[in-house]
Amino acid sequence: MTIPLTATDRRPQLSPHFMFRWEASQDAYILLYPEGLIKLNPSAGEILKRCDGQHTVAELIAELQAAFPGPADDIDQGVRAFLDVATDKGWLHAGELVKKS
Amino acid sequence: MPKDSNGLTLDGQGKPLWLSLELTYRCPLKCSWCNNPLDFDDYAARELSTEEWKRVLRESRELGALQLGFTGGEPLQRTDLEELVSYANELGFYTNLITSGIGLTEERLVALKAAGLKQIQLSLQATEAAVTDALVGATAHERKLDAARRIKAHGFPMVLNMPVFRQNIGMTDAMIAWAAELGIEYIEFANIQYYNWALMNRDELMPTLDQVREAEQVVQRWRDKLGKKMTIYFVIPDYYEGRPKACMNGWGAIHLTIAPDGVAMPCQEARVIPGLEFESVRDKPLAWLWHESPLFRKYRGLDWLPEPCVSCDEKEKDFGGCRCQAFLLTGDASNTDPACGRSPHHARVREAVDTAARPLRFRKPLFKRAAGTVTTAFLED
Repeated sequence: MTIPLTATDRRPQLSPHFMFRWEASQDAYILLYPEGLIKLNPSAGEILKRCDGQHTVAELIAELQAAFPGPADDIDQGVRAFLDVATDKGWLHAGELVKKS
Repeated sequence: MPKDSNGLTLDGQGKPLWLSLELTYRCPLKCSWCNNPLDFDDYAARELSTEEWKRVLRESRELGALQLGFTGGEPLQRTDLEELVSYANELGFYTNLITSGIGLTEERLVALKAAGLKQIQLSLQATEAAVTDALVGATAHERKLDAARRIKAHGFPMVLNMPVFRQNIGMTDAMIAWAAELGIEYIEFANIQYYNWALMNRDELMPTLDQVREAEQVVQRWRDKLGKKMTIYFVIPDYYEGRPKACMNGWGAIHLTIAPDGVAMPCQEARVIPGLEFESVRDKPLAWLWHESPLFRKYRGLDWLPEPCVSCDEKEKDFGGCRCQAFLLTGDASNTDPACGRSPHHARVREAVDTAARPLRFRKPLFKRAAGTVTTAFLED
């Protein structure tokens, strides 16, 4: 059985061909990659900032729930939906599964 | 060119997001479809210095430029390429090298990696050495394959670019198979645009509509098979579509090209249009050239559009098409691009397509790109 790429204990990480950073002239986070660039909306930027191969999906959702107002369930679902899209677009690698102790 | 058009893609907001630096028009190859000017040889003595290019990089970054292509000619002909890549990288550009692969030695690849180069676009014309070498007028095929393998070995993302025309369109399938085996992530089939050298050789280079359709089907089969492993771009040749391309996403909208002599242009071909004033970064600040110069304001936005564009519901999609093509085929750059089926001059495009499909005709040899092939002196009197 394959494990969903956005399973809670994955540690998503930006694909090596993508460059993610703050761009002052756009007042936004941006993604740069071969032949393209994308301006991210604020929530996409906040999520991608935490896709560092360190945070698990559960951890980054918890952080965003603490940092931003709104129902916890909405944030949970919104983040998972975004991670699915971003993985599908090739922006993210799923990252290693957490080793069970 | 930006190819992504999902909801989050940037609108330029008046900024030159995409910067192309034509570092030089010098090149070891003699491609008959080259988009450099016919008098390319005259530019060598007027190329910007390293410090002048650095100033261009600073000024364009201040204007909001983000994507940067080092192109030419063959940009590797400039020995300061690594220095310029490094400087651009420090300024925050995403740096792309657009190269034939000739001159991309191991030493230079290592130096470019260290300088922070992000991506390499390599051109390859055919899957057989004899065909490639004949097309580019040099012993190049094996050197290009070497370059491709080494680019991959150094971990660069790589776009393989195959300029497509009658002589190689049948190799679409073999090209994708080869690229898939090497693990290339992006391949671009660029049906060539007919300007400068390509326009001179148009009758010999243009494939038939049947050939184009067949190549499209080959691409679709591979897309289904490879899925996300490879992104295959197939740039639609506008001559066949009846719809004009959204050239450069509009004149002076997001693209800025600097020629070897520092002339700032809305696209790499703009100099074919007579009567426009082309000014260099040597004489004017880049911010003025981009925002204020008569050249960049000439066809910016939608206010200048002629009929049938003004009353067309697709004007915000294609901006009237390509100004250079309008000039080259109708004699007036202010006309609707004749690639558009609604242009009163569309018959000229149809004629070219029909000529390509005519089965029995005398085939001429291709003009190779070379100094002195074409004289433009009579234009200057």
